[in-house]
Amino acid sequence: MSDTDRTRNEPGPERRGGPPRPPEVAPENGGVAQEHDRAAHELAAVAPMVSGQSVPVHPETARPAEVPSETRVEEHQERVIITPPVRPPTMGLRRPRLPRWTPLGLAVGSLAFAVAVGLVAGLDSRVQWGLIAALVFVAANFALTAAVEGRRQAVDKLALSLIWTSFLVAVLPLASLVWETVARGIPTVSWDFLTHSMNGVLSWQQGGGIYHALLATLQQVALASLIAIPIGLLTAVYLVEYGRGSLARAITFFVDVMTGIPSIVAGLFVLTLWIMALDFGYSGFAGALALSILMMPIVVRATEEMLKLVPNELREAALALGVPKWRVILKVVLPTAIGGITTGVMLAIARIAGETAPILLLVFGSNLINANPFEGPQSSLPLFVYEQWGYGTEEAYDRAWAAALVLIVLIMILNLVARGVARWKAPKTGR
Amino acid sequence: MAKRIDVNGLNAYYGGHKAIEDITLHVEPRSVTAFIGPSGCGKSTFLRTLNRMHEVTPGGRVEGEVLLDNENLYGPGVDPVQVRRTVGMVFQRPNPFPTMSIYDNVLAGVRLNGIRYSRSQLDDLVEKNLRGANLWKEVKDRLHKPGAGLSGGQQQRLCLARATAVEPDVLLMDEPCSALDPISTLAIEDLIDQMKSRYTIVIVTHNMQQAARVSERTAFFNLAGVGQPGRLIEVDATDKIFSNPSEKATEDYISGRFG
Repeated sequence: MSDTDRTRNEPGPERRGGPPRPPEVAPENGGVAQEHDRAAHELAAVAPMVSGQSVPVHPETARPAEVPSETRVEEHQERVIITPPVRPPTMGLRRPRLPRWTPLGLAVGSLAFAVAVGLVAGLDSRVQWGLIAALVFVAANFALTAAVEGRRQAVDKLALSLIWTSFLVAVLPLASLVWETVARGIPTVSWDFLTHSMNGVLSWQQGGGIYHALLATLQQVALASLIAIPIGLLTAVYLVEYGRGSLARAITFFVDVMTGIPSIVAGLFVLTLWIMALDFGYSGFAGALALSILMMPIVVRATEEMLKLVPNELREAALALGVPKWRVILKVVLPTAIGGITTGVMLAIARIAGETAPILLLVFGSNLINANPFEGPQSSLPLFVYEQWGYGTEEAYDRAWAAALVLIVLIMILNLVARGVARWKAPKTGR
Repeated sequence: MAKRIDVNGLNAYYGGHKAIEDITLHVEPRSVTAFIGPSGCGKSTFLRTLNRMHEVTPGGRVEGEVLLDNENLYGPGVDPVQVRRTVGMVFQRPNPFPTMSIYDNVLAGVRLNGIRYSRSQLDDLVEKNLRGANLWKEVKDRLHKPGAGLSGGQQQRLCLARATAVEPDVLLMDEPCSALDPISTLAIEDLIDQMKSRYTIVIVTHNMQQAARVSERTAFFNLAGVGQPGRLIEVDATDKIFSNPSEKATEDYISGRFG
């Protein structure tokens, strides 16, 4: 450590990191001190109250002890510069506030008002009543708050009301949808319903089941995933880790275009290519091909975003250890992003599991169990719902609701599994 | 096996922008060399050319030669992966792999290179390198906990252990202490002092006291102006750089009269 000692003697480091400024500051302020004196005297009484503590006297700054008053003036002189302006005593910290029950009271009031208006004007739709109540509530809340609490609080309340309104607008249909599906679907769902096909069941008869559709959906989604996930993952890895220049730009562009393809168009494409031009028959696999076209861009996008989130430092750290690039991607980049990738892939699966249009064109639909997705028409859950709805009988409606419920539960299970995997594989930060 | 580094007429570019120009420098084996200079003058870029990490950056390219014991790193047929195994690197921010435990982090270089060792060999390797990084006592009871759970200073020492586990000949450090508190900094500096008997060490630092404390030779980099490439202004024994530099620019910089 002898180097240190040597440097200490240097002008440079000492100047930069040396003892603090007081000896330099004092002479600099010397000329100005006289001007500040008067102000310092005036504030001398205030400063101790503000600072609430006495200032230690630097031996360098302090004059000899026989003139104590001057010494104090100098201390305060430093204080004068630092102390923030004293708050005018007139302004308090408290503002008038509305009582806490105000929003509730306003809500009840505006509801009553809306009901009254609705009854008087003879508005039939309860939605209109709700809209009137919401508008009245937001306006009244804003006006009242602005009058009592001030503008900023009023804007705050307005924003809060808007957020809650948006939340309700978003959640109410969802909740109603789930409620409706569960309420109408549950009575029909049974073990028999899950394990039997529609073979020989007529539309006005009770019974029958979705086994053929469930099996076909699982097969088609699995096949589509088998095609789309590897291609999507590899494309994303290429784009993030290797892709430079025009090829990468072209791929990005076409992925964007693919995201926008309507599902019926994907179905038509496979129909013309696979079934009409190449003369393969209707099959689950043809449907899976169309589904994979729809799935691929979603997988690419999700994976790409997740890979971009992996800090470059990790790649560099691994490269600097002399690890080849492919191993860096396989062992460092992908594991770090695996949680997000899994979530993205599962969202893509959920998206295609509910597709009807290409299935309608390519799988044809069937009431029989066909366990071979590569040959012959199959069914699928969304297609089953569509068909049953089309029959228009009570029994068929029940089956449609039940099948819709099964489809939702299936996708939910997939999502829960994905979340479990994501959490299990996510980078750990625990101590 | 520490190795000697000779750099001759090296230019480095980011795309069309020339980042450093015409650098000629020699680093003795088993020594510590510090690079100092203002931000953006190309110290880190130059450091990264020494293990071919510069070309990892898109558009990064290098002219000139870097000789490692008379073998040109940029010669034809040289595998950058092999170069990086020989010349290890520690980064500014601690960056343990978040998916791996402390144990796996130390072995990352060995494992990711696909070398097979027996269980006991691996255990020995982990212990040896964690001891070498002064971290063994602190983590020996939680080797299989995630490396990201350590404090910043511990993480940086973990990264040091990870870098030494592949047994490089040269160790490059890019401001290894700039994200650390003084105590962790002291720990790292002590480590550098111990490790210089085994490795050739090159360290970039913004802290001139640190350069003075740890290095035997110091190189001062500067750039002529905005948009100009960085240049090596002066390289000499650390004592001389800090007491009697031959260039005016060096004296201005170390005495704080610059930027």
